[in-house]
Amino acid sequence: MKAGTKFALGAVLIVGSVGYLMASGIKQTGQYFLTPSELAQRVSTDQSFYDLGMKVGARVVPGTVERETATQTLRFRITDGTASYPVVFHGLPPDTFTDSVEVVVEGRLQKDGIIHATGVLAKCGSRYEAVPKA
Amino acid sequence: MILLGNLALWLAFLIGLWGGITGFVGGAQGRPDLQQSARHASFALFGALLVAVISLELAIFRHDFSLEYVAAYTSRNLPTFYLWSALYAGQKGSLLFWATVLSLFACLAQVMTGRRHRMYLPYVAAVTCLVATFFISVMVFAANPFERLNFVPLDGRGMNPQLQNPGMVFHPPMLYLGYISITIPFAFAIAALLSKKLDAEWLVAVRKWTLVSWLFLSIGLLIGMWWAYVELGWGGYWAWDPVENAALLPWLVMTAFLHSVMIQEKRGMLKKWNLALIIGAWLLSIFGTFITRSGVIASVHSFTQSNVGYFFLAFLVLAAVSSFTLYATRLPLLEAEARLESMVSREASFLFNNLLLIGIAFSVLWGTLFPILSEAIRGTKITVGPPFFNQVNVPLGLSLLALTGIGPLIAWRRASVPNLRRQFAVPATTAVFVVLIFLVAGMRDFGALMALTIGGFVFATVIQEFARGARARHRQYGEPTALAVVQLLARNRRRYGGYIVHVAMAMLFIAFAGMSFKTETEATLKPGESATLRSADGHVYTFTHLGISQYNALNRQVTAALVEVHRDGKAVGRLRTEKRQHVDALGRPTFEPSTEVGIQSGLRVDLYVVLAGLVNGTEQAVFRFTINPLVWWVWFGGFVLVIGGLIVLWPGGGAVAIKGVPAARTQAGYTVKLEPAGR
Repeated sequence: MKAGTKFALGAVLIVGSVGYLMASGIKQTGQYFLTPSELAQRVSTDQSFYDLGMKVGARVVPGTVERETATQTLRFRITDGTASYPVVFHGLPPDTFTDSVEVVVEGRLQKDGIIHATGVLAKCGSRYEAVPKA
Repeated sequence: MILLGNLALWLAFLIGLWGGITGFVGGAQGRPDLQQSARHASFALFGALLVAVISLELAIFRHDFSLEYVAAYTSRNLPTFYLWSALYAGQKGSLLFWATVLSLFACLAQVMTGRRHRMYLPYVAAVTCLVATFFISVMVFAANPFERLNFVPLDGRGMNPQLQNPGMVFHPPMLYLGYISITIPFAFAIAALLSKKLDAEWLVAVRKWTLVSWLFLSIGLLIGMWWAYVELGWGGYWAWDPVENAALLPWLVMTAFLHSVMIQEKRGMLKKWNLALIIGAWLLSIFGTFITRSGVIASVHSFTQSNVGYFFLAFLVLAAVSSFTLYATRLPLLEAEARLESMVSREASFLFNNLLLIGIAFSVLWGTLFPILSEAIRGTKITVGPPFFNQVNVPLGLSLLALTGIGPLIAWRRASVPNLRRQFAVPATTAVFVVLIFLVAGMRDFGALMALTIGGFVFATVIQEFARGARARHRQYGEPTALAVVQLLARNRRRYGGYIVHVAMAMLFIAFAGMSFKTETEATLKPGESATLRSADGHVYTFTHLGISQYNALNRQVTAALVEVHRDGKAVGRLRTEKRQHVDALGRPTFEPSTEVGIQSGLRVDLYVVLAGLVNGTEQAVFRFTINPLVWWVWFGGFVLVIGGLIVLWPGGGAVAIKGVPAARTQAGYTVKLEPAGR
């Protein structure tokens, strides 16, 4: 076999494994990224959206944040203007988490209608810029 | 001052346009007067932008809050140190900083390019001027740093506390320097395409520039990791965030280029590939800027959403289409001078290295863009996070690391079996020993075992290379071993500096693997109470909460907790972690409280303590304790990487002309025999 052909085989092998790793990676770790209203719509037609790992991007409803430092529990509501969900999170939220900030909540919506979060990402206006005071 | 700044910006815009036009026309028609004019435009552009920068810095230092930018990012009580960095703390200022640095690089390219490569310079001036003009036009038309407020606030809003960290003073400029300087190799690539002088000459002209931006980008990434680690408090240094990925992408592509360029220099192969890599690296840097500034992809890092994104998208598309069209018309001129002769050759290992690097870059790009792609194709947004990137990149990265060790052992063109046996004996044996030692020690994590084994292989390869080189010098010149090693480095910086970078990469991979053994616990403690945590290497750490102190500092109210640490019952030190509430000059709180992490760094583990908060204002505090293995080696590996890069970059010396071999080819660094240096 010529070196060029052998190399082409090696290249196909590498490209193939990259493709395979990516496809399987997306299949195994991909998560829906939904807004609260999209989630409400999906869950009303498809029960499998309960207890499914996903990310929900929304805004924290001002005045709904309850922190219990002793048990490290954080409760708040998120909304996109139409639909709204309560969230409960055990752990330490990032410094940038505040009332009325945009958040990405990672977790599962349970049958009790509450999103049990395993992670909360606060999107501050920017890493470089001050959060405008509401 | 503000008027002056505005004028300077407009002037820079016009000069940039002029430089672009004269450079292209002068180059195409061979008119020396226009070429000279383009060259002068590069210098004038830098001058005008420098005036704008000075105007903005003066406004910042004078606390001129009538300027929207100054009011938005600084305050009267901001430490002087951070007044400097306020220049690039916000979108508008960072655009100005960007354009200015680009114009500085453009001047350096004009001045430092040798006589031999003069014919490229008019085009280089044109490309750099036009790219700078784009950045200036974004400022002038969409995000002017000299925009006035219609009232003058008493005090500014102040700088985000997370930016008030020494790392943040150096991280953005370093990253920018890397990002921006890619424009120079890109400009040379376009110049080579336009002038149809596509032999190895243009590579010689751009190789060092590529190395410069690679080095700056490496430093920028490393400082960014360090900043995330010490400032953000989540306990890690890399989160596969879109903005981090955006900075990694050009780095990966440039790494590929720095390797494949050797094949072109030595064998005249891969010409199309190399040009595509440079153009791709530059487009990725613009793409990264677009992601950072447009907010199209949800990221913790992004600047506020603004229409600036459209400017970048339009520019990105325009630049991609025009450069690849030009590239396509020149393809016939880029035929390879040689063919691949054997799979077991240095060339083949470089080709696989390139494929892996590009594969990694592609998967990172794909994962970053996946939310957008999936929404466009399937109508639902699907995101992938760190598990995806780790799952894909751990195997690819480890294969790449393996090639790092294998490549230098294989001869150019075609390796013979006895040669292979001689070269691989020591490194392979070392690798087997390493895997046995860690298996016996009880390690069962596959990824970590592989990282250690392959890392050991790479170390052994590099040591063998140094030892053989030094022995040859010893035999030939009778130099003592230490001197021989130094001479080896000095005489062939490119080759041996490259090996040092390889060692650094092995250290980094092993350090990354260490993070899979991190342990963590959260605890609510009253003063005197303690929490225990077992580290991966089997020690038991006890963290005792000593108490809380509260006091005011220059621009913040501090709540500090002191924690005493015992390892297996023996005191090893005290850690301090803080919550800081930043205030403005009138004592009103600004921003949300920020966390200062307490870190004790060691060769084996880092102790990482975060104060999460106080329970109802009492001294009872909530902590998170993390033990991060091998983090110190990330910073040390990074340091070694930079040293290696600097050795490669250091001017002079490296190119040793050998009789009958053109200098450009010997520069590729792989002269098999160590000949006396042409003296």
